[in-house]
Amino acid sequence: MTALLEVADLHIGFGGLAAVRGASFTVNKGETHCLVGESGCGKSVTALAMMGLLPANAERRTAALRFDGQDIAGLSEREMSRLRGDRIAMIFQEPMTSLNPAYTVGSQMGEVYRRHRGGTRQAALDRAAELLERVRITSPGMRLGQFPHQLSGGLRQRVMIAMALMCEPELLIADEPTTALDVTVQAQILRLLADLQTELGLAILMITHDLGIVARTAHRVSVMYAGEIVETAPVFPLFAEPRHPYTRGLLSCVPVPGKVGRDEPLGSIRGTVPRIGPNFAGCAFRDRCDLARPDCSSPVVRHTLASEHSYLCQIAP
Amino acid sequence: MRALRNAGLCVGAVIVGFTLLVAIFAPILATQDPFAQDLSRRLIVPFWMEGGSTNHLLGTDQLGRDYLARLIYGARISMLIGIMTVVTSGAIGVAMGVIGGFFGGRIDDMILFAITARLSIPLILVALAVVSLVGSSLTVVVMTLGLLLWDRFAVVARVSTMQIRTLDFVAAAWSAGCSRPRILLREVLPNILSPLAVVATLEMALAILLEAALSFLGLGVPPPLPSWGLMIAEAKDYMFFSPWVIMVPGLSLCALVFGINLLGDGLRDLLKTGRTT
Amino acid sequence: MLHLLIRRLAVAFLVCITVLTFAFALTRLSGDLAISIAGPSATAADIEVVRKAYGLDRPVVEQFFDWVGRAAVGDFGQSYFYKERVSKLIVDRLPVTMTLGLVGLGIALLVALPLGVVSALNEGRVIDRVISLVALLGQAMPSFWLGLILMVTLGLKLGWLPISGTGSWEHFVMPGIVLAFSAIPALMRLTRSGMIDAMNADYIRTARAKGLSRTSIVLKHAARNAAMPVVSIAAVQLGFMLGGSIVIETVFALHGVGFLAWESISKNDFPTVQAVVLMLAIIYTLLTLGADLLNALLDPRLRAQ
Repeated sequence: MTALLEVADLHIGFGGLAAVRGASFTVNKGETHCLVGESGCGKSVTALAMMGLLPANAERRTAALRFDGQDIAGLSEREMSRLRGDRIAMIFQEPMTSLNPAYTVGSQMGEVYRRHRGGTRQAALDRAAELLERVRITSPGMRLGQFPHQLSGGLRQRVMIAMALMCEPELLIADEPTTALDVTVQAQILRLLADLQTELGLAILMITHDLGIVARTAHRVSVMYAGEIVETAPVFPLFAEPRHPYTRGLLSCVPVPGKVGRDEPLGSIRGTVPRIGPNFAGCAFRDRCDLARPDCSSPVVRHTLASEHSYLCQIAP
Repeated sequence: MRALRNAGLCVGAVIVGFTLLVAIFAPILATQDPFAQDLSRRLIVPFWMEGGSTNHLLGTDQLGRDYLARLIYGARISMLIGIMTVVTSGAIGVAMGVIGGFFGGRIDDMILFAITARLSIPLILVALAVVSLVGSSLTVVVMTLGLLLWDRFAVVARVSTMQIRTLDFVAAAWSAGCSRPRILLREVLPNILSPLAVVATLEMALAILLEAALSFLGLGVPPPLPSWGLMIAEAKDYMFFSPWVIMVPGLSLCALVFGINLLGDGLRDLLKTGRTT
Repeated sequence: MLHLLIRRLAVAFLVCITVLTFAFALTRLSGDLAISIAGPSATAADIEVVRKAYGLDRPVVEQFFDWVGRAAVGDFGQSYFYKERVSKLIVDRLPVTMTLGLVGLGIALLVALPLGVVSALNEGRVIDRVISLVALLGQAMPSFWLGLILMVTLGLKLGWLPISGTGSWEHFVMPGIVLAFSAIPALMRLTRSGMIDAMNADYIRTARAKGLSRTSIVLKHAARNAAMPVVSIAAVQLGFMLGGSIVIETVFALHGVGFLAWESISKNDFPTVQAVVLMLAIIYTLLTLGADLLNALLDPRLRAQ
């Protein structure tokens, strides 16, 4: 496996607020890496940072941000826009509002192709029809002429996926792609993404708060908490042997039929994600952790187990 | 940026406050009679220009009347028109808007239609026609503008009332068995005052500008009253030779309206930030 | 869409009827029109003659329906002052006012749209504040005064533009600028807020994620969505400008409908006043109706309804 996207020591701040604090992870070619965590833990901001789409008031600092071996942290906005939509594509949580209401599906899909590959309007439309078919949309010719408001949420997300794939990207960043959709549609979209991955050898960085989605799609998982990646592991070890108390807490929040009895209480994590200032030290989870110790307020050690499994906690393996 | 915004609010408040004081204390401030004509002393230039005298700081007009005194008394007319018009049009507009927004349905349709119809009527033309037919006086100008400028009050009051109506405390008042007029006066009205204050500043500025336009066209405040618009109209035959005769009242109008608008803008920003934090 | 259109047309029709009544009532405000028409030096006998001649001796209700009936077919009667058909007077002078209004709107859009976009893209920065401040200052200038200032500076001192009259296109530049000033602040603010909303929309994030150029994002994706409210307000402003042309046409001695209105008001020529009020109201109503239709074309969601 070769790394397609490598991030080392990523920091993102908004004024006095540290949104991401030293996150490092890699996404390998053809595999799905899930970033999982509660809302407000910095996962969406991380995704936007990969695309160079952070809002203007955000400060980004990173030791390394490499895509396919090339450093992309120092690229200008113009150079970055050459990569976006071409080699790195992104889909978003809100399919209802992520498409421009004023233009047809065909026009919006076509423009990304013409921007990066050039060619005639017709060639772009043909390509768009081909991709609509690929994301299992029936009668693509008709859909191309339709406006977003004429499509259902599930269809719009398929259109978003098809649009993201117009230029055959190597990396797809999916920010909560199914959160806004019905459960049945969710399953279809996840299935579609998995199929496309095998067909096209796509690498996917999946942002989600839903462990069910992680279990279904991920090859590797990074658990994010308060701007840090507290545990990272291939999917099976993570579910089988979660090490970080936060990961364990997350897993215990999910009811598993057969494992949890009907009358047994579900696990829960008390409190909420704290707001972290720039000079915060120690473990950010300590106030919510049942295993907290006095040394949790001093800088935390990252323990590495075998099989690419590491976690960030004072408690040794 | 916040400081800049507050600066705007302060500058606006200072301009409006200053004009108000000048208007109130006009008899004390004006050392000369604004109506006393002296044809031997016509069109004396302001003191900073060559040939000006400190006797008439801003010079005299084409009839030899002291320009500063006229300007000071003109502030009275502008402020009077501005405030009285806002009171009249505000009362009409707020009543219509609150009733429409509160009761909804047919009543609201009618109010909305009244607003649409009012907007389609050409403002200045109708004001001119009314003043011309009824005869020009301060009261007629105030009444005419008051009866015409209620539309924005009605629009804002209507929308704000609609929002307020659905809130919990109004529902609580309903269930406590309060009567409709009581709910309208005690619960709704106090809570829509802040957006209405912004509208009031806008309308005041508009009324002052309209009065000036009417007076300029000879169908506003009747001479010899020193309305700023009338001063510009009377001076316009001399503007090519002595441009200051239209600059003095014109710049005063500009400054006052600018001040009122700054005040309104500042208020709007203040209310907006107040709501989000 | 059809349903919406019918509803809007019905409202427009009702508005016209209301204004018709209003215009009629307006001219009866002074009490006895015959006295006004006959003039201050007329004897009682003269007034009686005038009363008969203009049909003012009939019951008011009869006069009203007579007027409505004629107005419905475009007959606004004879002008007392010009001794011509009112409809002909208006038709003759409408082109000047329309030209003035369109020139004014053109200048206003040319100034307001770029300023609004620049303001929106620099939201909260110094340039944004400066632009708002300048707009506020422009809003504070009385139009007739600005007209006079331009006449003194551009006309007399610099000699760039003719001071008054309607001879050539140059005669429309100064009044056009003055007229534009009244519309610029509203247009600019709406462009600004529309662009700010659009630039913060999710579909702009999508457009950026697609790697589109800044130009395409701003001008194609954001501007198209910000344009809809601007179209509405532009129509409304054009309506206001035509109404406000009475002041500017008087200042610049442009012989359009506004000038006609001013003259007929000062000459107590009430059939002309009535007709101009009604005509301006109808034009305004048609403009807003047109804007709604244009918006429906611009917005596919409305088009489908």
